[in-house]
Amino acid sequence: MTVVVLGLLLVGLVSSPGWERVKEYFFSPEAARESWRAVLEAMWLNVRLFVVCEIGILVLGLLIAVARTTRSAWLAPVRVVAVVYTDVVRGIPTILLITMFGFGIPALQLQGITNDRVVWAGVALVVSYSAYVSEVFRAGLESVHPSQVASARALGLSEGRILRHVVVPQAVRRIVPPLLNDFVSLQKDTALVSVLGVLDGVFWATNYANFNFNYTPMVVVALYFVVLTVPLARLTDHLQKRLVERERAGAR
Amino acid sequence: MSALLSVRDLRKSYGDRVVLEGIDLDVEPGEVVCLIGASGSGKSTLLRCLNLLEQTDDGTITFEGSEITDPRTDERAVRRRMGMVFQAYNLFPHLTVLQNCVLAPRFAHRRSRREAEARARDLLGRFGLGDFADVHPDRLSGGQQQRAAVVRALCTSPSLLLLDEVTAALDPELVGEVLGILRELAAEGTTMVLATHEMSFARDVATRVVFLDAGRVCEEGPPSQVLGAPLQERTRAFLARVL
Repeated sequence: MTVVVLGLLLVGLVSSPGWERVKEYFFSPEAARESWRAVLEAMWLNVRLFVVCEIGILVLGLLIAVARTTRSAWLAPVRVVAVVYTDVVRGIPTILLITMFGFGIPALQLQGITNDRVVWAGVALVVSYSAYVSEVFRAGLESVHPSQVASARALGLSEGRILRHVVVPQAVRRIVPPLLNDFVSLQKDTALVSVLGVLDGVFWATNYANFNFNYTPMVVVALYFVVLTVPLARLTDHLQKRLVERERAGAR
Repeated sequence: MSALLSVRDLRKSYGDRVVLEGIDLDVEPGEVVCLIGASGSGKSTLLRCLNLLEQTDDGTITFEGSEITDPRTDERAVRRRMGMVFQAYNLFPHLTVLQNCVLAPRFAHRRSRREAEARARDLLGRFGLGDFADVHPDRLSGGQQQRAAVVRALCTSPSLLLLDEVTAALDPELVGEVLGILRELAAEGTTMVLATHEMSFARDVATRVVFLDAGRVCEEGPPSQVLGAPLQERTRAFLARVL
């Protein structure tokens, strides 16, 4: 069934009136041969951005989530800030955040801070994604049953110790699949830094297209992104499955 | 002998619902006090007030000579001296039995890891859980989990053990093993306050039985009196229903 549908789609594509031109512009073997290595090297920036940003996102996201879930009265102002932060940041398209940070902050000509657009693009990604990830963390923290906190309190543990040893470990186990989903999304969104004219994989491919009137490197970049994200997606599936199995075992 | 714990005129409401309406209770070292009473009579709430998991509205609780209902009390210091075991065990599912047991000794009592683990293994062994120290709680039966929860509470050597209907969630055939270790603890002189529905256990082990009714102490005394020849009509009515 799947094969038939795919076959029909392929036949439709190849027999379309513009196919010859599309083949030349998007699937040119010469252009692919010429560009694959340079695109791969440019992609290295996307990979580095992803790894560094992800660490920042996890730390900031968890801090925001903890701030939002604590009940102590003296943290009330922090809670307000955390709520406003997530609401505002999630409302702004990531591409705008990257543009504002990447062009806006260096334009301020501040002393003592970097004017590197890559750095500011990374900061923008951290700001944007930490707002989403904090909500995932928050859902996890709130899913830990209050009786767990009660028994930890009854043992005389401090609130900080309860978070660290009882609540956060249980929360994180439950949110691994949705977190990885956000990782996959972030991996692709590192492509957005190309709007700053930073030489990442996508910018390189766009440039090539503009100069040579051939879009094949874009297809190459797309393939690289797929190759990067598929392992993460499979890992997500695997962990999700294991979680379901464990919960079933627990319910027996 | 001065009381280990004394409660005077303790009151607690949730909104309009009054749960505790002036409780007086004294517990001497080495006593085993069984709280009995219908569901909703305030047994669990009283226990949760005793270790400050619930805020009290009025009245005082004095523990080891200091008034712990004073707002300046260090709640954690109080809880470090009291152990509590819950109806639903409340073991930490992501930690092994041993890790459950050493959490408080290590991080609330600042014991070294070696010292905490040695004591925990010793206690687990004594209560027949030696082989389960390194597995997660979901591998254990309900009775074993509850025994592990008792051991976890004992690992910090509390001077008072609070037990909230610890056999109520267990299958009938598993109740005995948990009551068994409570008997052992009682025989060793562990001071305990238990909310329980196990009347035969109360008769055999309690030094005193306290019958709570509608948020008050209706009758208290040795088990032979409260369970055998109750003075109060309400106590008789309750016992007629449960026995």
